Amino acid sequence: MRAALEKLGAVVLGWLEHTGRTFNLLLLVTVELLQPPYRFYPVVRQMYFIGARSLTLIVVSGLTIGMVLGLQFYNILQRFGSVDLLGAGVSLSVIRELGPVMTALMVVGRAGSSITAELGIMRITEQIDAMDCMAISPSKYLIGPKLLAGLLSVPLLTMVFDFVALFGGYFVGVVMFGVAEGSYVNGMIDTVEWSDVRIGLEKSLIFGLLVTLICCAEGFYMHLTKAGSQGAEGVSSVTTDAVVLSSIAVLYSDFLIEALF
Amino acid sequence: MTSVAGTAASPAISIRNLFVDYFPRRILTDVNLDIPASQITVIMGQSGAGKTTLLRCMLGLKKPSSGSVHILGTDIVRASRRELNAVRKQMGVAFQGGALFSSMSVAENIQLALREHTSLDEKTIQIMTRIKLDMVNMLAAENLMPSELSGGMTKRAALARAIVMDPKLLFFDEPSAGLDPSTAAELDQLMITLKTTLRMTIIVVTHELDSIFKIADHIAVMANGRVIEFGTPQQIIASANPEIQGMLNRKPRENIVDTDAHLRRLVGG
Repeated sequence: MRAALEKLGAVVLGWLEHTGRTFNLLLLVTVELLQPPYRFYPVVRQMYFIGARSLTLIVVSGLTIGMVLGLQFYNILQRFGSVDLLGAGVSLSVIRELGPVMTALMVVGRAGSSITAELGIMRITEQIDAMDCMAISPSKYLIGPKLLAGLLSVPLLTMVFDFVALFGGYFVGVVMFGVAEGSYVNGMIDTVEWSDVRIGLEKSLIFGLLVTLICCAEGFYMHLTKAGSQGAEGVSSVTTDAVVLSSIAVLYSDFLIEALF
Repeated sequence: MTSVAGTAASPAISIRNLFVDYFPRRILTDVNLDIPASQITVIMGQSGAGKTTLLRCMLGLKKPSSGSVHILGTDIVRASRRELNAVRKQMGVAFQGGALFSSMSVAENIQLALREHTSLDEKTIQIMTRIKLDMVNMLAAENLMPSELSGGMTKRAALARAIVMDPKLLFFDEPSAGLDPSTAAELDQLMITLKTTLRMTIIVVTHELDSIFKIADHIAVMANGRVIEFGTPQQIIASANPEIQGMLNRKPRENIVDTDAHLRRLVGG
């Protein structure tokens, strides 16, 4: 019994240490970013990597999810003779929920995993130590631009996702099944309120920060974990952890935001 | 009274009562060492002796369990981040694997510190980069990426990056490891040139005997986490310490004293 409790205590302490370290990194980077010199080019470069290069994936997944939603809603609404509500259903689901969540999950899979792998490899090949020895703050130089880019790119990608998904729903409903164009568009305009759009964007900001922070911290602090001594296998292990943790963080924070606001 | 290895009047690096633990193992035990300025000091010892841990303490990368490391007058163990960075701007480090930034070309690697810590114009940065690359005979590799370099080229590029700010202190971790004899000899000569022309204090961690006796002004010998001897190469050669003589004569360690007990340990009895 005592041994089991000790094991549980060690797990909880380890988790608390891990979480504390991650948020400590956020605090450190925020303070460092507020101090000059301010550099914009690295942020633009990271926005290209996190944002622009994720665009194809976001467009494809947004279109597919919009079309699937259109199909599902059409089948259900048809039973009740309410296909006029198709635009309202698709738009509310996409703008408030699916847009921010799905975009964040896509960014985790495409950009987040490579951020963790990049920082993990830099850690095990002593590149981060070398930067430290050159009196260049690795947290400001490497993580600052990534965090800012994540914070800016995810909301922009979410807007693209929302737009394309709404078009996907429109295509299925109006073009394929002949729902009246006016009822689809008016349904959207009448149902979606400014607060829905605002919450969707706020969520995407929070998800963008969470995803990049977790992925950066997992790679950056790799040497403090068991994976730190496992070389390439360790990098793959922290990359998997980063993807899993970021995805869980996105889903749980989505629930919390919905419950609280 | 603590015995201190080294005799310099005003040492560049002064280490006192240094203990380092990787719980539950003790890696460094009561290390006391004075490293003289403007000379080449080699830290030698067998694998696992604690050389790299001592180097990491001197670089401020490893916080010791207790003790102090004074570099150019600042105790970097207790220094603030700002103070530590002020010391680090006077240091250059060439890591064993080079640690070149893989997303930057050789020239960009060398230019990074110049861009971050100076307000030099682009033309001056380019000229300084070429001067340092020329010093390490790497001018032709200016635009290559680290992945395109051989082992020797990587070490030379790392050295060029380490000396770009003309540091007072240069740390070199295993410079000859994995290099052919002629490239290793070139690097040795380069370190001697840096010492004589720029009066750099150079600290080299290695166990390559040929290289050690060619470059060293002083040698600190480490074994089992302690500095067991410090002196000039002649003093080290003349040392009566059997462990040092074993290292110098390339004798294998005689760890297995009780054969029966060792066998019992192997079979878990």
